[in-house]
Amino acid sequence: MNASAASSPYAVELRDVRKSFGKTEIIRGCSLAVRPGERVAVIGPNGAGKSTLFNLISGRFGLTSGDILVNGRKIDGLKPYQINRLGLARSFQVSNLFNRLSVFENLRCAVLWSLGYKYSFWRFLADARDANDRAEQVMEMIKLDRRRDVLAMNLTYAEQRALEIGITIAGGAQVVLLDEPTAGMSRSETARFVNLIREVTEGRTLLTVEHDMGVVFGLADRIAVLVYGEVIAFDTPEAVRADERVKEAYLGSVLADQAVAGAGH
Amino acid sequence: MSYHKGAVYHFKPLNVGRWVIWGGYALLMLVAPLVWASSLSHTMLSQIGIAIIACLAYNMLLGQGGMLSFGHAVYSGLGSFFAIHTLNLVGNGTLALPVSLIPLVAGMFGLLFAALLGYVTTKKAGTPFAMITLGVGELVWAMSLMFPGFFGGEGGISGDRVTGPRPLGISFGPQIQLYYLIAVYTFLCTAAMFAFTRTPLGRMLNAVRDNPERVEFIGYNTQFVRYFAFMTSGFFMGIAGGLAALNFEIVTSEVVSAVRSGAYLLFTFLGGAVFFFGPIIGAVLMVLALVLLSELTQAWLLYLGLVFTFMVMYAPGGIASLIMMNLRVASFGKLRPLLGSYLALAGTGFTILAGAGAMIEMVYHLQLNQALGPELTFMGARLNAKGFDSWFGASFVLLVGIVLFEITRREFVRQWGTTQEEIEKEIKRREAIA
Repeated sequence: MNASAASSPYAVELRDVRKSFGKTEIIRGCSLAVRPGERVAVIGPNGAGKSTLFNLISGRFGLTSGDILVNGRKIDGLKPYQINRLGLARSFQVSNLFNRLSVFENLRCAVLWSLGYKYSFWRFLADARDANDRAEQVMEMIKLDRRRDVLAMNLTYAEQRALEIGITIAGGAQVVLLDEPTAGMSRSETARFVNLIREVTEGRTLLTVEHDMGVVFGLADRIAVLVYGEVIAFDTPEAVRADERVKEAYLGSVLADQAVAGAGH
Repeated sequence: MSYHKGAVYHFKPLNVGRWVIWGGYALLMLVAPLVWASSLSHTMLSQIGIAIIACLAYNMLLGQGGMLSFGHAVYSGLGSFFAIHTLNLVGNGTLALPVSLIPLVAGMFGLLFAALLGYVTTKKAGTPFAMITLGVGELVWAMSLMFPGFFGGEGGISGDRVTGPRPLGISFGPQIQLYYLIAVYTFLCTAAMFAFTRTPLGRMLNAVRDNPERVEFIGYNTQFVRYFAFMTSGFFMGIAGGLAALNFEIVTSEVVSAVRSGAYLLFTFLGGAVFFFGPIIGAVLMVLALVLLSELTQAWLLYLGLVFTFMVMYAPGGIASLIMMNLRVASFGKLRPLLGSYLALAGTGFTILAGAGAMIEMVYHLQLNQALGPELTFMGARLNAKGFDSWFGASFVLLVGIVLFEITRREFVRQWGTTQEEIEKEIKRREAIA
C-alpha cells in the first residue's frame, strides 16, 4: 500500500485513463485533476463515456490502462468498498436503494461503516447514538423526515432520488460523485434539487454528470467536456461556453435545443 | 432517546408489546408439556423446539440475507454427529462435560464447518450460491457414506444421554427433563437470533439481501457480510443438531441429506421468511407434518407438495404474512366483514380437499394396499377404489369444489381490494390530521 500513497494535491486525479470493452475503446486517454472542494460537472453527448468514467473512478469497472488517484492514493485494482473507505461515495443514475428497508434504515446503513461499526454483532443499533443521530440529520437535510418509516420502494420518484443522494453523502465522504442526480425530474423539482445538492455537498469535492445546462452552469466551478472518451475542455463555465471546439462538438447544438425547448414552454 | 421528538411515540409502546410477546413465548414453552401431557406430545414438543432453532437459523440466510441454501442440513447434521460422539466420550469417561452443554459443543462444530465450507459458498450470491450449497451438501452426504467409522454407516451412531453428573437429580432420562433443556435452548437461541437482527451486522445483512451492489459503495464487503451471517447461522444449526442427537440418542447419515435440507427450506418458506417469527410457525408445521400427517396418510408428501405449490403461488410471504396482513385489517376494524368470505373459502377449499383426497387415497390404496381389497374408508365415507360410483362421486365433489372455490375466491379478491383501498384512505386521513 505504501507505493500507492503517491503524493497528489488533488482530490481526484486521472492520468491518461483508458478503458476498452472488447475491442471498443470507450475512454481514450482521459486526464483530469480536480482540486479539493471544487464542484466539477462532466458534460458530453450521449455515449461519450461519462457514466463509464464514473464507474472507473468508483471501482465498479477496472481500468485498461492509466492511473486514478483518490485523495492521493492509487485505486487500481481496489474494490468499490475499499475506494469508498478512501473517502469517495457515488450515486447512481437509476436509484439504487435498499428497497425493503425504511428511509431511516437506508440512511443508517449508509453511515455505519464510516462510524466504525463494521461487522459488529455484539452491540445494538438502538444504542448506536452517533449513527442514529447522523441518519436523522441527513434525513432532515434531504427533507424526508416526514417519511421516516416508509419503505424505500414505496417512495415517490423524486423522494427516491433524494434518498439516493442521502445515502451517498451520509457516510461523510470527502469526494462525491453524482451520476445524473436530476434525471427524470420536472423543472421545479430540478431547481429545488440543485439547491439540495449544493447544500449537502458543502465543503466537499463534487463531480457530477448532468444534462441540464441550467444545472451545470449554476452548480459547477469548472466543467469537463467529454466527447468520445476524451476530455476536450476542462475550464470555468465562461471559458467552456466560449470554447470553439466545445461549441462545434457539443455545446452549440445542446444550447440551441434547450433554448428551443425553453421557448416552447 | 427520549429527548428526541417522536422517539417516545416510536419506542415505548413497542417495548411493552415486546415484553408481553417474549413473556408469552416463554410461558407457552413452560406450560405446553402440561397441557399436552402424553408422551407422544412430549416427543413432538421436543422436536418442535429443535425445529424452531433450525428454521430460525435457516431463515437468517433465506429471509434476512436473501441466500437460498440447498444444503443447510450439513451444519445441523455434522453438529448431531459431533454431539453423539461427544456424548459417547462423556459416557466412557474420557471427557468430563455436563450433558446439558453438549449442544453448545455441537454449535461450535456447526460454526467451524460453516467457517470452512461457508468461505467457499459465500464467495457468490444468488443462483451460484444456491448451486454451491447444493454441491457442498452432496459432498458431505457422499462423505457420510465413505467414512462409516465416523458416520456409522447404515445403522448410524447411537448413544446414551443418561450419563455424567446429575445436578439436582436431573439425568435427562425422562423425556420431560430433556424437553425443558430443549425449551431453554430454544428460548435463548430465539432471543439471540432476534437480537442479531438488531445489530449492525444483522441490518447490513438485510441491505445485502435488498441490494448487494449498493452495499459495496457504502464501504461494506458483501462477501464478508454473507460469510459472517453464514457462520452465525451455522452455529445455531449446530445447536439444533446437538439437541436432536440428545433427543433421539441415535444419529444416522440421513441428518446431512438433501431431503433434510429441503425440509428446512420448505417449512421455513411455509411459515414465512419475511417475518422473524415466520419460521417458528414453519417449525411447528414441520413436526406436525412429519409426525402426525405421515401417520394419517401414506400420501402425505403429495399433500405437502400441493400445499407448498399453493403457497408459493398465492401467499409467497408464508403464513406469517397472512397473519400480519389480517392483523393490519383488524387494527383498522375491518376484519369482521371478511370473516364470511373466509368461512366460504374454507368450506369450498375443504370440498376440493375431500374430492381430491378421495381420489388420491384410492390411487394409493390400489397401488399399495391391494391385499386389503378395493374397499377403504376416507373421511368417514366407504369408498370402492375399483368402483365407478366412488370415482364419479369423488370427481363430482372435486369439480363442484373447484367451481365454488373460484367463485368465492374472486368475490374475496374484490372484497379484499376494497378493504385495502379503504385502509389507504384512512391512513391518508389520519396523516392529514397529524
